[in-house]
Amino acid sequence: MSIPNIPITDELVAAHGLKPDEYQRILDLIGREPSFTELGIFSAMWNEHCSYKSSKKWLRTLPTTGPRVIQGPGENAGVVDIGDGLAVVFKMESHNHPSYIEPYQGAATGVGGILRDVFTMGARPIAAMNALRFGEPDHPKTKHLVSGVVAGVGGYGNSFGVPTVGGEVEFDARYNGNCLVNAFAAGLAETNKIFYSKAEGVGLPVVYLGAKTGRDGVGGATMASAEFDDQIEEKRPTVQVGDPFTEKCLLEACLELMATGAVIAIQDMGAAGLTCSAVEMGAKGDLGIELDLDRVPVREEAMSAYEMMLSESQERMLMVLRPEKEAEAEAIFTKWGLDFAIVGKTTDDLRFRILHLGAEVANLPIKELGDEAPEYDRPWEAGEATAALAYEDVPRTPVHEALLKLLASPNLSSRRWVWEQYDTLIQGNSLQRPGGDAGVVRVDGHPTKALAFSCDVTPRYCESDPFEGGKQAVAECWRNLTAVGALPLAATDNLNFGNPERPEIMGQLVRAIQGIGEACRELDFPIVSGNVSLYNETNGRAIPPTPAIAGVGLLEDRSKMVRGGFAAEGERILLIGAPEGWGTHLGRSAYLREVHGLDIGPPPPVDLKKERIVGDFVRALIQHGAVTAVHDLSDGGLAVGLAEMAIASGIGCKINLPWLTDPLPIYFGEDQARYLVTISTFDENLLRDIGEEARELGFHAPWIGETGGDRLNLFGADAIPVADLIAAHESWFPQFMDG
Amino acid sequence: MKTAVVLLPGLNRDRDMIAAIEKVSGQPPLTVWQTDTEIPPVDLIVVPGGFSYGDYLRCGAIAARMPVMRAVAYHAARGVRVLGVCNGFQILLEAGLLPGALMRNASLKFVCREVKLEVANAQTVFTNRYTEGQIIRCPVAHHDGNYFADPEVLARLEDNRQVVFRYAEGTNPNGSINDIAGIVNEAGNVLGIMPHPENLIEDAHGGSDGRALFESVLEIAA
Repeated sequence: MSIPNIPITDELVAAHGLKPDEYQRILDLIGREPSFTELGIFSAMWNEHCSYKSSKKWLRTLPTTGPRVIQGPGENAGVVDIGDGLAVVFKMESHNHPSYIEPYQGAATGVGGILRDVFTMGARPIAAMNALRFGEPDHPKTKHLVSGVVAGVGGYGNSFGVPTVGGEVEFDARYNGNCLVNAFAAGLAETNKIFYSKAEGVGLPVVYLGAKTGRDGVGGATMASAEFDDQIEEKRPTVQVGDPFTEKCLLEACLELMATGAVIAIQDMGAAGLTCSAVEMGAKGDLGIELDLDRVPVREEAMSAYEMMLSESQERMLMVLRPEKEAEAEAIFTKWGLDFAIVGKTTDDLRFRILHLGAEVANLPIKELGDEAPEYDRPWEAGEATAALAYEDVPRTPVHEALLKLLASPNLSSRRWVWEQYDTLIQGNSLQRPGGDAGVVRVDGHPTKALAFSCDVTPRYCESDPFEGGKQAVAECWRNLTAVGALPLAATDNLNFGNPERPEIMGQLVRAIQGIGEACRELDFPIVSGNVSLYNETNGRAIPPTPAIAGVGLLEDRSKMVRGGFAAEGERILLIGAPEGWGTHLGRSAYLREVHGLDIGPPPPVDLKKERIVGDFVRALIQHGAVTAVHDLSDGGLAVGLAEMAIASGIGCKINLPWLTDPLPIYFGEDQARYLVTISTFDENLLRDIGEEARELGFHAPWIGETGGDRLNLFGADAIPVADLIAAHESWFPQFMDG
Repeated sequence: MKTAVVLLPGLNRDRDMIAAIEKVSGQPPLTVWQTDTEIPPVDLIVVPGGFSYGDYLRCGAIAARMPVMRAVAYHAARGVRVLGVCNGFQILLEAGLLPGALMRNASLKFVCREVKLEVANAQTVFTNRYTEGQIIRCPVAHHDGNYFADPEVLARLEDNRQVVFRYAEGTNPNGSINDIAGIVNEAGNVLGIMPHPENLIEDAHGGSDGRALFESVLEIAA
């Protein structure tokens, strides 16, 4: 069915998320009024989600290269060399808007999309993570969203067959109207068998592979580039429906096809489906693309060209194939029960031409649609600095009472209820599952290597100071990878913010990117892929700035990997990287927030030079086999860090304060660049050596206590049985969801 | 001992299973595809875990009707050992090679965790390297592992000692009747088990309690 003569009105243009000046740009570009289908194509390509028009200027400032980086941002995923001819391929992407509208399918297709990004490049997915943020627990929608999103993430990932090895779950009233679902996936590939989206060669067949095209998700990317209001329920039809079974078949078929040498270019159909994938392949290769929609496999009748070009039906791929391998390629896809259709060809005229029912329904300049899409330098303003806390600003609660409250709080309690719904073991390579500092996966087939994964951001820090918060997200991720013994290699960022047309929100984005950039440069931790999700606002209220950072680290020798639980009784505990007084900074701490409901003070500053020196020192200790357990300190500070080591092992500890002072900043301060490590008591020389070396490097590594017993015994606080810590930590989530 | 692993679209623990068989026996198994009507002569056929055909109709229902499963039934009837794990167990039930049914977990949620299993019968070809009553660790990862059978079938299973593995120490993760985690057929040559012994066979898995199952059925020299 064609839709002739739909008049292009101002309302229609606005309904496509295009501003009047953007529409004028279209008119100038093509010298005539666009057809309805063409308007849809522009809307799909020029929306924020696909074009990064507000963020591009700032994203360019991020460090994206390094000796190990094979592919930085701009492809389906980043690619990093891990030696011996192997590469890790990874990316994180948001599916926030659809998950709020339809939590199960929104989250499921978010996982599906990111897995597809990874295997499109020729990598078999080996690990997944997800960072989830929901409104306050008492909000009427929260439980429904948690249960739907977690089931959706699990439903897709478990069926596809990738282990989920880490992630984050956080609750905050500021996400009441916009939950965040950020999905990460990593795959393993050979460095000389990476596949890209850039088309090469004129007159070659453009092949459609995978599932059939339906009407689901039409306009999804445009929807994801707008704020929500009270009419949100009407947007449900813009959410796609996932089919993990087809995706698993698509994975196997694609990897089989790639092994035959038939693939010249490949691009998955994600946001804006056929439009975006075809334009990207052509624009990157400086080629035109002609598509004949009559050849596209469809599962619904009488679809218009507009619907076919904007459908976000899942589990589809577009490829440019070597013509001589066509039959071989088709046989592979038939074996896996998938559609295979030649739907077009590459051309030399740089036009994007769509044929439907024998007529040309679109004829547009491909470069301007794709890599030359509009770009904005939006006005921004930096927020005001938050004043430092005075002693009397901090309400006092006894340490043991505050600690139990923190462990049982929505944001620090165990996430077991969530990750037990994810298959964390499949593929048989999971060396560390969720719940520790980082997930660790053995590199299958390699005698010694393993990869570590962590995902982090502290939005309450970013809210107060986006620059320091951006730095801290990177530093914490880097620290978590270090804490298992891995060398951090590179990261992917998922920048979740409000409406960038407001200068204060744009200021958060700019400052966070600047902080991320500074930290990544200082820590040699380039950003190799990423995603920006803006307009996370409902009725004018934005989420807190949430730049999630997911990092990948390499363990050359996995036998040296350490865990976060105490390894044995009677070991010495050291606090490496401690400031004078062990802990000092209570501003924006979990103590203030979870115990007293206060979001006050500045976040802890991140001294990147110190972060680097301390982290490298701890990693060297791990690699020399000198330490028996390591845990980084973050939310909740020293007390929560010690409690987590006790909970993970069932072994208690005794901490001695060498002086009498205010215990709150010591136990709950969130100073950065700190690690708890344990060493065997028999090693007197090691203890001395660590102390001396730390002094020379300019930081402290005090011996703060011993492991042992069945209680957490903090000087100046009532002892708490480890069993009580475990009960507090494990109880909140199941009671909230099932109670 | 020769082994064949059945491959069906949507299965996803096939690679885990193939790796486990190769690590324990030193020999990679053969593989057979959904449309194969014949299986070469082997001593053991394994139907691994996953989500065959998306589990879209009912877990294992579509798989049980594929040509390759007729070949599995043919060999099972002639005494060839058959092991079905997780989705493989569901497929063997749907194919009528084992009695009973696996329903949705009592929690209605997917569950992946480590449980304890009691070896309830150590006199089968699948368990003779364990001792009777031995408690082993084993991971589970499933959405539909809640075993059920009517009282008559259940009585027969118990009387014939066909219940081979039971969830132990209060770790039943899915509501299975009589804590049943794995059963054999009357002849004792077909085992269906919900947990994943193939994911606990080496130090990297955090233990090797699942190894003895493969050593038993593959008759690995002790």
